[in-house]
Formats: sequence, structure tokens, C-alpha cells
Amino acid sequence: MAEAPRKPLPVPTPETAPYWEGLKRRELRIQRCRDCSQAYFYPRPFCPRCFSANVEWFTASGRARLHTFEVIHRAAPAFAADVPYVLAVVELEEGPRMMTNLVGVAPDPAQLGLDMPLEISYEDVSGDITLPKFRPAGGGS
Amino acid sequence: MDARKQVAIVGAAETDIVGEIPDKSAIQLHAESARNALADAGIKKDEVDGILCAGQSPVAVANYLGIVPSFLDGTAVGGCSFMIHVRHAVAAILAGYCEVALVTHGESGRSRIGGGANRQPAGGSDLPGQFEAPFGPFGPPTLFPMGVARYMKTYGLTEEQLASVAVAQRKWAAMNPRAMYRDPLTVEDVLNSRLIAWPVHILECCLVTDGGGALVLVSAERARSMGTGKKPVYVLGSGESCETPMVSQMADFTSSAAFRVAGASAFKSAGIEHKDVDHLMIYDAFAHLPIYGLEDLGFVKRGEAGAFIADGRTSPGAELPLNTNGGGLSYTHTGMYGMFAIQESVRQLRGEAAAQVSDVKISVAHGVGGMFAASGTLVLTNEA
Repeated sequence: MAEAPRKPLPVPTPETAPYWEGLKRRELRIQRCRDCSQAYFYPRPFCPRCFSANVEWFTASGRARLHTFEVIHRAAPAFAADVPYVLAVVELEEGPRMMTNLVGVAPDPAQLGLDMPLEISYEDVSGDITLPKFRPAGGGS
Repeated sequence: MDARKQVAIVGAAETDIVGEIPDKSAIQLHAESARNALADAGIKKDEVDGILCAGQSPVAVANYLGIVPSFLDGTAVGGCSFMIHVRHAVAAILAGYCEVALVTHGESGRSRIGGGANRQPAGGSDLPGQFEAPFGPFGPPTLFPMGVARYMKTYGLTEEQLASVAVAQRKWAAMNPRAMYRDPLTVEDVLNSRLIAWPVHILECCLVTDGGGALVLVSAERARSMGTGKKPVYVLGSGESCETPMVSQMADFTSSAAFRVAGASAFKSAGIEHKDVDHLMIYDAFAHLPIYGLEDLGFVKRGEAGAFIADGRTSPGAELPLNTNGGGLSYTHTGMYGMFAIQESVRQLRGEAAAQVSDVKISVAHGVGGMFAASGTLVLTNEA
């Protein structure tokens, strides 16, 4: 891995920094509209549904379900040592969806049922950045 | 305003060859296409006053061609940009912003001469850089099919049905001497080909090629007065839309919101029904695209398109000729393939296609941009 190209890292913006700071503390901080109650992702300082700016950050449960996925067999050089791996979209218990990787489970479509329950698994990838990954709920296999 | 048949495509051409062109840069592929299309139209370069393109800036293309235009559109939302350019050209010509609109595409997708897309996933501060790239996608082959697993679960699409899309299009490609791949293909061949990102195999992914294409549009009145040359192809209807810069934020992974909006707008503005469509192009960057397109445009009900294609109903001789050049899967795919879908619609309406369908009066060309990010749909006709 040492000689592999570096994996791309996110660079937070003023609007997204609280999300990344939360992950660093092992908290999944997302946003919710105080007017229409919509929880949403990705971070924005207004509600994408009702356009209200009366929004708040809250800590999501970290529970999710597998919404859809692929098993990556041909990867970018920085990820080549990881293949096969699962690139997934999960649906948080609170409703929003996000891209992630599944960990703690074989990258085998036969073992990956859509809607299977998942829980967050924090992965520190640099001094500043922690990525939200997901594993089967209950400790995984 | 009723824009139906008010503007016509009077010039249409691709680069001399498509496939591997290591001796020409991307912008030269724009220029070669433009020269060929203007020659096809019989219109002099100095008459062009509208420049519309993607991949290269309209500033770069206009200057390269030696044109100072009065209308420019650099809408660059991926491979459907050219459907959208045609739509915008209709509006610009009817508004009097230009009289001769030139839409160009050129891309050195394979040889990467003079500026090709960078497929390395970049991190960074933009939205995909923050919320997708860190998890290891590798360009469209790993992002575009993200919804296929959900589609399979929702509608029971099988891997064999998905593979049959590539098989059906190879049948069309077999009749097209310019197609990169023409050898017969079976479902087994597709399923035995290399897995790129389950459930997608390499034979379900588009080609990566060099090439270009261009279109010349003028008012229908001018098209009729030109008198000579080829039959004008009239823009009967059109639509455009966009949904998300990140495939992970699609509202419904089994359907494209942008497809539904663009398609419905195109059919409504054209005043046609699906049974009126004689020929159909649906941008096939990957095998699932024609499935989503057939459903989101309303040709079949949700969940039925996989069986529709697998049963041969889009193959040569069948009821709904689809992607008759062989498509992005077998004909060519420079990176922004939408131009080639329009070119094939024009050829079919002119009666000059390699795999000519008999008696085509209305053709629909439907494009996708990005990974279900954007969409453009054209309804074209040869009936004045």
C-alpha cells in the first residue's frame, strides 16, 4: 500500500465542516429542517425541500439499511489493492442516503441482501478526516 | 409558442472515421466534424453565427474555426449536451439570435490528444469530491450502474436480461461497417466477460473511442428555400432536465427524474404519442441505460423493459428499432456519445443509415449526461 497513489480525501467547506468535524468525534452529524421536519444530506444551510433556513444539526443513530451496491473489480490505482470491495449507497434510519463502503462482510453479492440492516463504522483516513463506513448490524460477520 | 418544425437540421456529419484517431486532437475533431457538416449542408463557414458545443469551450471552437458568433451556448452537462444544444438552437433561431447554428462535438477519448477527461477520482471540496470520491469509485463504469442492484430487486431484472441489451445492439452493429465491434455476441459471452463492477461486465460497458460529429440548423423557411441537397430533418419536439451531480443522491435508483422530465416535455411539445415513433435512440453508456430509458420515456411500463429487449422487440426487424448504429456499446463512444445518437436519427430520417429501417418518419433521440445527472430528448421528423 505504501507505494500506491494516495486515496482522494475530502476537503470540507464552511457548509460541510460540521459534518466532517462530527465524524472525527465519531458522531454522524446531519441536518434537519425545524419547519418541515425533513432530515437531509448532503449538508446545506437551508432545507432543500421547503427552502427554510431554519435548520439544525443533529446526531443520527448510525443505523441504516443497504439501499443498493456494486462490487468493484476494476479500481483506480489508489484502490487497486482493495478489490474486490463494496461501493454502496445506504439509507439512514432518518431517511437520507449516502455513498459509502461496506466493511466486515464478504464482497459477495450472494451474501449482500438489499435492505439488510447496517451500522456505522468510523474509519480514520488522515489526521483530519474520518470516513463513515457501514457494517452489518450487530457486529457483522 | 409552437416551435414544431420551425427549425431544421440541414447538415449532419461525423468525423471521417470514428474509433482510433491518434493523429488528431480533440478540437480538430470538432473542426473536422464542423467542416463535414457544413459541406453536407452546402453552407459556407462565414454564414455560421451560432456556436454550440461541449467538451471544448465555444470560445475555443469559434476561434479555431475562424468565426465570431452572435450566439454561443457552452452547456456542458455530459453526453446529452448536444440534444440540449439542438433544443437551444431552435430557441435561438426563433428568437433571431442567430440564423445558422453549428453544434459540434469532438473528443479524443481513446488517444487522449489535446485534452481528454481525467478519469482519476479526484478528492477535493466539490460535492462528489467530498461525498463520493473517498469511497473508491472509478469513473462512470463504477458509478453509473449503482442503481442496477436496486432495480433487480424491485423488478426482478435478471443478469441475462441485462446482458441481452448488449446482444441486441450487436445485431444492429453487425450491419454497420463503421461500428467498432461487429461480431455476433451471445448472452453467455457477455456474462463470461470480465466483471468491472458487479453486476456489470465489460461487454455491458461502452467503448472508449475518438471521434466527433456536428449539426447545422437553420429556420425551416430557409431549409425549404435551400432547395437542393438532402431532405431537411425538422425538430418536432424537445426536452431537457437535470437531477443530481452525484448518482448517490438519485431520488429513485430505478428511474431517472431527468429522463422523465425531458422525455415528457419532448413528447408533449411534439404533440405525438409513443405509437407514432418509428425509430428510437437511447444513449447506452451502459447496458441498463436503454432499460431505464424505455421506461422513463414511457415506451413500456416500469419493470418491463428488460424482458422487452431480451425478447427481441428492439432488434432488427422488430417493432421498435432501438440504437440502430450499434450504440455506445458496439458502434462508438468518445465520452459524450449523444451527438452520435442524433447523427443516427438524422441518417435514418434521411434514409441513408447503414442499417436502414424502412419508412422512418419520426425518430426520438434520448440522451443522458453524467451519471443520470442530466438529460436531453429530441423528437425529429422528415415530414414538413
